[in-house]
Amino acid sequence: MLRNLCQKMFGRSLWVYHANSGGCNGCDIEVLNVLTPYYDVERFGIKLVGSPRHADVMLCQGPAMRSTAKALQRAYEAMPAPKLVFAIGSCACGGGIWFDSYSVLGPVEKLVPVNFYIPGCPPRPEAIIYGVAVAVGLVDKKVAPVTFKQLEMPIPRYHPADLRGSGELIVYEKAEKV
Amino acid sequence: MSLLSKLQETLVCLKAGRVTLPYPAQAGPVPETFRGRPIFDAARCIGCAGCASNCPAREILVVDVCQEIRILQYLGRRCTYCGRCADVCPEKAITMSREFETATDRIGDIRQRLELFMSTCQRCGRCFTEPSPLEQLKLKGYRFDDVQNERWIFRSQAYLTSEAAVDDISIDLD
Ligand code: SF4
Ligand code: SF4
Ligand code: SF4
Repeated sequence: MLRNLCQKMFGRSLWVYHANSGGCNGCDIEVLNVLTPYYDVERFGIKLVGSPRHADVMLCQGPAMRSTAKALQRAYEAMPAPKLVFAIGSCACGGGIWFDSYSVLGPVEKLVPVNFYIPGCPPRPEAIIYGVAVAVGLVDKKVAPVTFKQLEMPIPRYHPADLRGSGELIVYEKAEKV
Repeated sequence: MSLLSKLQETLVCLKAGRVTLPYPAQAGPVPETFRGRPIFDAARCIGCAGCASNCPAREILVVDVCQEIRILQYLGRRCTYCGRCADVCPEKAITMSREFETATDRIGDIRQRLELFMSTCQRCGRCFTEPSPLEQLKLKGYRFDDVQNERWIFRSQAYLTSEAAVDDISIDLD
């Protein structure tokens, strides 16, 4: 019974490894903030470990960089099999605002497969906790793609032959929809 | 000695009380000045692409698929929530929301896409949508539209020529 209870309580306990592949440290500070008593993620069983060999989750900060690409891939390979990668911050999600710099290869998903994205520069500690909560199934994700399509031209099309002069105004009269 | 320091530590902890925020269960207030992700208002956007040329992350893409349709795509991947797009927008079509719970397993979830009908300027042949700054200025020689009565109105006599001002007017939408 105790074993079942333990599995229920700690089955989703994630040990995280924190990899910065060249970010500005903003995201690192926010991740540290998440580990402080204010946001205390140890109540979800999340624990920071120093080696990728002990980790279930890699938290990636910073874009895929030319200089750290090999190291990041090796850290990913060193993690034991059921592994997740979180991309934290706009650098890791999309390359950051220096995405077109010579040393930046792009988002980290160019090097390692990414499972969850937490955009923001840096994301708030709450946003990081929210991302983790989405990953372990505590809450549902809130975002969905938005598409706006204008279906009808608001005014009829212009044909020069239908212009009517009236004083100083010239009016296009034909109210025919496209 | 170490026991004493432990006792001291306990005392400090007891004095501080519980400080952990009950975050995912119960969201706290977001600071007034916090900028979350930008939200595009399609009804106000005139398709000027000012936001796209001001975005430091080049995160807003503008594509003219044909003369009359302009597609504005906000991808959101490397958006730094800097608010420059909202600052520069002449129609205040972008608001910086205070929304931060954007974590997702598919990066396409934070995309916003607007498809806008554009008119063609009779002078230069380039695009602008109907209620444009040009219309607001009511410049002589430019076209402005009476949307309620569904008609074009011109201020200038220069358009009463026999031939069309531009030839691409007969492009079909489909
Ligand atoms: S996302 Fe922003 S805060 Fe995070 S590492 Fe990149 S530049 Fe720094
Ligand atoms: S908030 Fe800044 S980075 Fe994001 S779309 Fe607007 S201008 Fe670009
Ligand atoms: S700056 Fe404003 S009006 Fe111009 S394209 Fe961007 S959202 Fe639309």
